[in-house]
Amino acid sequence: MNKTVIGLEIHAQLRTDTKAFCSCRADVFDLEPNTAICPVCTGQPGTLPVLNKRVVEFAIMAGLAMNCTINKRSVFDRKNYFYPDLPKGYQITQYFFPIAENGYLYLEDGDEKRKIRIRRIHIEEDAGKMIHQGTDSITGSSGSYVDLNRCGVPLIEIVTEPDLRSPAEARIFMELLRDTLRALGVCSGDMEKGALRCDANISMVDEAGRSSNRVEVKNINSFKFVEKALEFEQERISRALSSGGDVAKETRSWSFSSKETFSMRSKEEENDYRYFPEPDLPKLIVSEDLIERIAGNLPELPWEKIERFMKQYSLPRYDAAVLSSDGEIASYFEEVAQTTRRPKESSNWIMGEVMRVMNERELTVEEVKVSPEHFKELFELIDEGKISNKIAKDIFPLVVEGRKSPLEIVKEKGLEQIDDDRVIEDALRKAMTDNPSAVEQFRAGKEGVLGYFVGAVMKATRGKANPSKVNEIARRMLKD
Amino acid sequence: MTKNPLNLRLSEIISLEDTFEFYRERVMKYNDELKAFLQVSTLSGDKRQGFPYALKDNILAVGTRTTCGSRILENYESPYDATVTRKLAVRGGKLLGKTNLDEFAMGSSTENSAFGPSRNPWDLERIPGGSSGGSAAAVAAGLAPFALGSDTGGSVRQPASMCGIVGFKPTYGLVSRYGLVAFASSLDQIGPMTRCSQDAADVMSMISGHDSNDSNTVRKELSFDVSLKGYLKGLKLAVPSEMLNYPGLDSGVKERFLSIVEDIRRSGAEVEEISIPSVEYAVATYYLIAPAEASSNLARYEGIRFGPRVPSEDYESLTNKNRDIGFGKEVKRRILLGTFTLSATYYDAYYRKALKTRSVMAGELNRVLDEYDFILNPSSPVIAPKIGEITDPLTYYLMDIYTIPANVAGLPSISLPAGLVDEMPVGVLLTGRRFSDVSLLDAAKGVEDLSPSYRSGLTVLPERWTE
Repeated sequence: MNKTVIGLEIHAQLRTDTKAFCSCRADVFDLEPNTAICPVCTGQPGTLPVLNKRVVEFAIMAGLAMNCTINKRSVFDRKNYFYPDLPKGYQITQYFFPIAENGYLYLEDGDEKRKIRIRRIHIEEDAGKMIHQGTDSITGSSGSYVDLNRCGVPLIEIVTEPDLRSPAEARIFMELLRDTLRALGVCSGDMEKGALRCDANISMVDEAGRSSNRVEVKNINSFKFVEKALEFEQERISRALSSGGDVAKETRSWSFSSKETFSMRSKEEENDYRYFPEPDLPKLIVSEDLIERIAGNLPELPWEKIERFMKQYSLPRYDAAVLSSDGEIASYFEEVAQTTRRPKESSNWIMGEVMRVMNERELTVEEVKVSPEHFKELFELIDEGKISNKIAKDIFPLVVEGRKSPLEIVKEKGLEQIDDDRVIEDALRKAMTDNPSAVEQFRAGKEGVLGYFVGAVMKATRGKANPSKVNEIARRMLKD
Repeated sequence: MTKNPLNLRLSEIISLEDTFEFYRERVMKYNDELKAFLQVSTLSGDKRQGFPYALKDNILAVGTRTTCGSRILENYESPYDATVTRKLAVRGGKLLGKTNLDEFAMGSSTENSAFGPSRNPWDLERIPGGSSGGSAAAVAAGLAPFALGSDTGGSVRQPASMCGIVGFKPTYGLVSRYGLVAFASSLDQIGPMTRCSQDAADVMSMISGHDSNDSNTVRKELSFDVSLKGYLKGLKLAVPSEMLNYPGLDSGVKERFLSIVEDIRRSGAEVEEISIPSVEYAVATYYLIAPAEASSNLARYEGIRFGPRVPSEDYESLTNKNRDIGFGKEVKRRILLGTFTLSATYYDAYYRKALKTRSVMAGELNRVLDEYDFILNPSSPVIAPKIGEITDPLTYYLMDIYTIPANVAGLPSISLPAGLVDEMPVGVLLTGRRFSDVSLLDAAKGVEDLSPSYRSGLTVLPERWTE
């Protein structure tokens, strides 16, 4: 078996109020082009960058969450290259001395738990956006528009060591990273909106120990495509190795439309970025005090939450992991579990019905608007035998839609479970009259026929009869 | 107006009314000959009430173009005010106009201006020095009571010395660079060009101080609101032998310098010759660091947002064509030099080494200044050359040896006129410890009291401009 070696470079947009080096708003995704700009972020002559302190705090939070060493002294550098979406002609980044280094995250894949090392985390600024006419790129375009809103939006770049062993692992790692950044509140984690972006480096080693060239894949814009793009590359590199050859050392781009990668440029064509220390910014000095204060205020991280959910609510790891992957769902679960005092049922309902409704109607957990009290009522209706589990699930969408309580809905629709023996006996008697041969079969010892009669009663009562009661009565009446 | 503003110190000019009109008329009358200004203010009526000043055309002021003496910014309208512009406006400053400079402040003569050289008021055949040559010529001919320049390697002090006025480069970080078009960010500093050191102190009290828009400005508050005494007695001054024995030092200039040194000694200051070995590498270090930063600072002028946007078939050729047409020879030379020394292959050999040399040199200078109050040397090895006389750029580069060390170490440094050689002004340069700006200005006042270039405490204007 060939061995796969994958390392990731992840860019995460920070959710600060203002940009990294000026006071323009940083949340620019939905804005009209060129409406969140100023002399500084558009690179007007004579302007200077002023570092946003929140950016530093967010980067330190990310570094601490990923077990990095926080460098008390880090330095900003300029990365020089020409492109119309980069108005200064350079990007401010941290190349020589990043703010955080040498961390790790534990990756859980089934029963396996592996350490994925983080090489470094550094602060940098985003570039603008371009819209090309007639083509996908500036080459051959008949006209190109530049939107500078995104210029200067703060980013952290997180670089892993090549510790990932499969495309699936890469995807799981990206999800873990998203959950971590979301838990910290420093990044929305939205890959589709470009708030989280991933470049992947992949190479393979064959059974003889021969290593392939390394390929970098860019423009991966969803969690699913992290896996797909790397699978495509894995396959391509395997084929090259097995035929005795190798792939080119190059940068490739994932095509969302054709679901394959294509060559962007060879490594020889790479820019020389002429990095040098940014003379407009002093060295970034962070105090032990600040680091300690941030460390003391870190929110609960995904893996900590999973452990707590397993312990506090006696949930299986799977449930705990699903529920804690989203901060809002996790706290919703906790409210429901605490109100109903039925954690496992709460988990089942949230992972099942609530998430289904969220997906189908594209709602957030808050918009679902089923209160913990509604769940308590619903569970009580089931416990008291007033409705069946099936009915409960059937009416659940109405609790969401109508903002009515489960009890109101049950009453309004007359869905209360039928516990009245006489109603069940009447229905059964009719079924027995309709099918005397089945009655004979049962009496001859064919126990399986019981199900037929139970089904018939349920049908006649439109599912409202209490199934266990039907069972009990059917057994008694058929024997007579 | 009963008093002639040309005979007044800045503090008195500030207290008068209608001085703006007086200077503006002089600008209109003489600028054709001097070519000191690239643009003259169009202020009218009440807006003229206040004290006039001139601004080097690489500093932004709303209502003016900021050309940097370059074709590529020929039509660039300032979208905001530089911090110094805003601070002067708050104190009642009224902008007379924008002065000529070597393109992007790269040069020592204003010959690199895309709009032609300025003239030296002492001899119209000669350069005024540079890069703040327009500002120097304006003040030296009495077209403005003071001007602001920018000093990256001597661009305030060298033209001041060649035009016979005072040029002060403050400690790096005392004056905000926000709104100064960057040449070499770690070296650039705005400074006043005046007719006496007291005026320089008065300007500093208006323009210095921490600015939240420039992260390199310091929070330290120095008080420039002082009346300079001019005590030289008891001061210890050091003359670096490497500067005194520099082969390019003109014998006449050296003689004048040694004579003023004698005068200073007689006033009770100790003057000793010392050695600062790394000064020998000052020019080399500077011409690695400054072009490297410049190559990055000037990348934004790519022809899309700045410049005429010459039609091209694709982005790369658009950038190439516009930069080719938009930049002059010297700017291109420095961009190429800086791009080369920052390239991955040569970074360690050149840029990294230059940073090391810079810190060694700063260390040596600081050690000397631990022992001595100030370093004393000529401001320029020669008097102002004739326009077109020097064609080899290296000759000009080497002439910066006296002024560069202060920029490399971020030190305050002032050039004072100290008499004439061949009827042209020469200057002496005093350089002090970081943040010793106020005592440096005080010592400068002491030197002024000895200098033949002053009358009633102000630098002498060449006669033809006082008629």
